[in-house]
Amino acid sequence: MGLESHVSQPFLATRLDEVISWGRKYSMWPMPFGTACCAIEFMGVVSSRFDISRFGAELVRFSPRQADLLLVMGTITQKQAPVLKQIYDQMPNPKWVLSMGACASTGGFYDNYTTVQGIDEIIPVDVYVAGCPPRPENVIGAVVKIMEKIDREKAADWR
Amino acid sequence: MMTEADVAARVQEHFGTAVLDTYTFRGQCSVTVAPGSLRAVLMFLRDQLGFEWLMDVGGVDYLGYDERDWRFEVVYQMLSMANNVRFRVKVAVADESTEVPTVYDLWAIANWEEREVWDMYGIVFTGHPNLRRILCHDEFVGHALRKDYPITRRQKLSAPSENILCETSDIA
Amino acid sequence: MSQEHSSTEVQPLPSDLLTINIGPAHPATHGTLRLQVQLDGETIVNAGAEIGYLHRGFEKQAEACQYQLVIPYTERLNYMGPVHNSNAWCYACEQLLGIEAPARAVALRVITSELARIIDHAVCIGTNLVDMGALTNFWYMYNYREKIYDLMEELTGARMMVNYPRIGGVSLDAPEGWLESVRRVMDDLAEVLGEVQGLVSRNRIFMDRTQGVGVITRELAIQHSVTGPCARAAGVNWDLRKAQPYWGYEKYSFEVPIEQAGDTYARTMVRFREMEESRKIILQAIDSIPGGPVMVTDHLYTLPPKDKVYNTMEGLINHFKLVMHGIRPPRAELYSATEGGNGELGYYIVSDGGPNAWRLRIRPPCFANYSVFPKIITGQLVADAVAALGSINIIAGELDR
Repeated sequence: MGLESHVSQPFLATRLDEVISWGRKYSMWPMPFGTACCAIEFMGVVSSRFDISRFGAELVRFSPRQADLLLVMGTITQKQAPVLKQIYDQMPNPKWVLSMGACASTGGFYDNYTTVQGIDEIIPVDVYVAGCPPRPENVIGAVVKIMEKIDREKAADWR
Repeated sequence: MMTEADVAARVQEHFGTAVLDTYTFRGQCSVTVAPGSLRAVLMFLRDQLGFEWLMDVGGVDYLGYDERDWRFEVVYQMLSMANNVRFRVKVAVADESTEVPTVYDLWAIANWEEREVWDMYGIVFTGHPNLRRILCHDEFVGHALRKDYPITRRQKLSAPSENILCETSDIA
Repeated sequence: MSQEHSSTEVQPLPSDLLTINIGPAHPATHGTLRLQVQLDGETIVNAGAEIGYLHRGFEKQAEACQYQLVIPYTERLNYMGPVHNSNAWCYACEQLLGIEAPARAVALRVITSELARIIDHAVCIGTNLVDMGALTNFWYMYNYREKIYDLMEELTGARMMVNYPRIGGVSLDAPEGWLESVRRVMDDLAEVLGEVQGLVSRNRIFMDRTQGVGVITRELAIQHSVTGPCARAAGVNWDLRKAQPYWGYEKYSFEVPIEQAGDTYARTMVRFREMEESRKIILQAIDSIPGGPVMVTDHLYTLPPKDKVYNTMEGLINHFKLVMHGIRPPRAELYSATEGGNGELGYYIVSDGGPNAWRLRIRPPCFANYSVFPKIITGQLVADAVAALGSINIIAGELDR
């Protein structure tokens, strides 16, 4: 194209949204909102056998203001629901939500006066993970699903 | 070696007609008393028979269970480590207007346990310093473990409670 | 300094008390606990705890389920060592029914329950040390936990929530070679414990952070019914496996570790030694495990074998009646206590003779253990509260049910 004669250094041409998505998907900072059993299994996801850092998402942030991936792990009760909403609201955009386990996704087998029947009553969810609790491979699979979702995002989708 | 039956006999001998009912099943014994004599019975067990430990306090709703004269019972599980024996004391609570004296000053654990019984059954403990909900949220109406509370009646909470501190952490 | 300055009285700066919330979503609480503290500088002068953020209505739910359907719910109360809770629940039901599980099933319960205790203590110590900045131990402990999860997976098909025992025995016999795998994993325990203990036991930083921190005295333990490792660290010589043996624990030789100080350090040391004792029990149970069936053969309580169900009318009806109408215990009430990872786990069952419990009251160890917490952190630093909280090992599922 003759551009080489104008630019002395090597360069790469791409679309802006693609390079941003590429950066975002390999450096997700999860905020674990662990309430119950699934949170213990998430520790297994982080620790050496399964090691979520292979997917660039090991930098666990306990402050929602520093995170872009909210992991909701465990039963959400009516008493907890406003807390979850507040934490979601505190996260800066862009943000994604992973609902881990039966309880967070649907209320699980706790169909009673105190449990929220799925966190999608409170906040939007990107990926649901089945299982009680899900196996660590399942959770990693869900993180990859979110990566694929980020990959598909166009500049027009930016929030 | 003291057995639960021995304990039941001692309690009955000491309190006579204040014991409304005794119960034995597979070697486990319990006595049922009126709220008025609860503290005396528990103190007798603690001071005379070596039941230092109050392991658990729980309510039971007998609505529709049988023909008994009271609706609720509050159950105190006692343990004596010295004699390696357990015992159960039950308080007959006629209805929700009947109050039970607190034992929070005898065992600190009764503070939270009684709050839970109140939360779940609506049984009032006279003299309790901080009788508010413990498991359900503050905006909850009704008492969840009562037999006439439907299991799926959900109640939303609008905002978390602001202040949970008490005067001193002794009663936190 | 000028003459003028030194003569004036030094006035301390006015300090207002600062109220802060710790939790319900805080990394150091390992669950959904909420603590509100009033601080004078960094010292806690008043503390209040609020629980119930994980109140999942277990007791109400159990009233709506048949006895055998409660098994998975009990496991989810204690997600650190789930299988002990379900073992204990099946044992409570057996006591109520007046039946006894076969000897082989009981030995398998002992093995799985002690494995659960090891996982519980491993996770507790690992996460507690993370809170104090010792991340390496977390990896060591979690690696070991994965080995035990592999064993559980081989035995039951699930890693964590295994749903293994049944009323009247256990669901599956150990697969071939499983007991030998357990023995091998137990041999590794000494190495893991050696590594972790070598890093922390005589570590100056660890000792300074834990000794004299969060002291539960014997008197306080009695006042708050604190049981398990927390009580044993305070000199309470009480372990239900010794005092009121169940599942044949009287056959096994093991010690009950006792410490006197009652502080965070003592609790951690008790847990280390309990893991060692659990290993001893498991090895003895493997050596002495008898053969035979793993389920009661009285099909009033347990499902008949599949070939009977598919090939005979009586077997099919038997299966149908058990699944649809459930097990019917006598009209009675019973309290059954076992030694869980964190203390006395009690089930108080009131039965009306039907297939569901009229009332199931669980006595969770963590409820009592946590009630003492606001008291023991008053007067201490916030950082000490975090160290003490981890060592008490509060499991929100049991705390709030």
